[in-house]
Amino acid sequence: MPGLSFDLIAMQLFTGLALGAIYVLFAIGLSLIFGMLTVVNFAHGAFYMVGAYVGLFLISLGGNFWLCLVAVPLIVGVSGMIVERFLIRPLYGRGIDYPLLLTFGLSYIMVELIRIGFGTSGYPFDTPDLLQGAVNIGIGYFPLYRLFVIGAAAIVLLGLWLFLERTSFGLIIRAGARDPQIVRVLGVDVARVWLYVFGIGTAIAGLAGLLAAPLQGVIPEMGANILAEAFVVTVVGGMGSIGGAVIAGLLVGVVISMTSLFAPEMAKVSIFALMAIVLLIRPQGFFGRAGLMS
Amino acid sequence: MTMNELSQTLAPAGVERRNWFEAAKRHRALLASLFVLVFPLVMPFTALAVNILIYGLYALGFNLLFGYLGLLSFGHAALFGTGAYLCGIAIVHFALPWYVAIAMGVLGGTAMAAMIGALAIRTRGIYFAMVTMALAQCVYYLFYQAIDWTGGENGLRGINVRAIDIFGMKFDFINPLTRYYVVAGFVILALYVLSRILASPFGAVIEAVRENEARARASGYNVTLTRLITFVLSGAFCGLAGALSALHLSIVPIEIMHYETSGMVVMMSLLGGMGTFFGPFVGAAVFLLLENLVSLWTVHWQLFVGAVFVVCVLFFPAGIWGTILKRVRP
Repeated sequence: MPGLSFDLIAMQLFTGLALGAIYVLFAIGLSLIFGMLTVVNFAHGAFYMVGAYVGLFLISLGGNFWLCLVAVPLIVGVSGMIVERFLIRPLYGRGIDYPLLLTFGLSYIMVELIRIGFGTSGYPFDTPDLLQGAVNIGIGYFPLYRLFVIGAAAIVLLGLWLFLERTSFGLIIRAGARDPQIVRVLGVDVARVWLYVFGIGTAIAGLAGLLAAPLQGVIPEMGANILAEAFVVTVVGGMGSIGGAVIAGLLVGVVISMTSLFAPEMAKVSIFALMAIVLLIRPQGFFGRAGLMS
Repeated sequence: MTMNELSQTLAPAGVERRNWFEAAKRHRALLASLFVLVFPLVMPFTALAVNILIYGLYALGFNLLFGYLGLLSFGHAALFGTGAYLCGIAIVHFALPWYVAIAMGVLGGTAMAAMIGALAIRTRGIYFAMVTMALAQCVYYLFYQAIDWTGGENGLRGINVRAIDIFGMKFDFINPLTRYYVVAGFVILALYVLSRILASPFGAVIEAVRENEARARASGYNVTLTRLITFVLSGAFCGLAGALSALHLSIVPIEIMHYETSGMVVMMSLLGGMGTFFGPFVGAAVFLLLENLVSLWTVHWQLFVGAVFVVCVLFFPAGIWGTILKRVRP
């Protein structure tokens, strides 16, 4: 293979990291919601897709990308909170299957509503002017937008970490994940905490969808496509573990971009092979707590 | 104490008095078979009736795992699809007779279930649903890539079976009603096999594992092996359903492997009533009839299906057949 140099591999590594950053943002919301509410949100992909469409809609109204970065997570997060309050809350205490099935049905509804509103074909999503072009990162020119995605993901992660570790509300969230009953006894309205957690999780999913839009375009099925891959990320990283989601998300991104360089036909399958290997060695994933599995 | 219980208590020892419900339950496979035999007479289109049979069988196989064992798999499309593809490949690429092709489909579903099951069975609950879904997507891409064998995006075409001969008798498979009864023959066979499995000691173990895993383990049953065997059996039923679908449609579209096909079978089981013998058929029938009716009226039938699903999860967790059974149980 001519031209297969160190630089090319390093470039592909960066591409993988940018792809991985999207996976991390997607999986972190999934993981946060699961860790707190023990709900596997099958509609997470639909919220991701809605994020991209809301961005598209706002820009068609004359908004710009930077406004979308703020507005999209807000809009998607609030719609997530409405879903939690009216659809998921009645199902608490009825096992893990029912919320999963409900969110699966919900994703059908959301995708179809988008198809009604925006049609079944996809739309391109322009890279914002300021982020067009490429910059020299020492080993060659790398698209600026992809660097921006990596940076944005890092900022969101840092913010989320500070929020969870350094604020009193974050403390309540972490305590609630361990033992909701004790937290309730201490006088905290756990139901409201869960509402906010679901809102934060879906808001990050919406942001991930917006960030992915200039890379992949916008189609109604975009959420369904990423969901299976995000499941691999959560299984590999360990369900409910945020650190696990970060490491596994980046790993999955890099594995996909590396296999598309060396064995393109195996790109889609490689991450499932990764998952199979991890499952054989550590069924609970890298950082999974054993108790959360059953 | 109701009159019924009283009369049972007063019945002389050795003479067990069973009510009609218990009697019906003992002969559920027979009753279901009779229903299957008269079903096309009440349906507007025979082709739809064949589809209901096939998806009912698919849901039946899924329900063995979900309803009776309590494991929620989101990867059953891989089992259904492998059955369909292997049946189709046997006919298109090897020109094998139809019954060998069906056997290949059953084998394919079984083998795929053994492979996915061996990996996924290590996990439980929520992990199981995610791992089965992810592995099924992997199978989807593998079949998608193997264009020479599966036709890739265009699907596998040309699975033409014109005449079916059973012990020297020729049946015209193009005729919809003949086609229905050939498929019905396999479905009835599957109904009997399933009722035998459920009535066997192994069937009791399956339900014991669902009810209380720790107690089943403490009683000396191998829970992991029970799970794996049930998954493989489920794969055999789904493989058969897939093979019949390939014969019915004459093509195998790649969408058969997509995870929406996995979700569809979950919907059907839930709609009909999971853990009931006949519920999956009711669910498949209602789902497909709804899909047909709503798609006549709007292209956005998935909106409607999603809404029905959400309402079912929220308000009718026992499903249609499950709710009927609860009402009529004396």
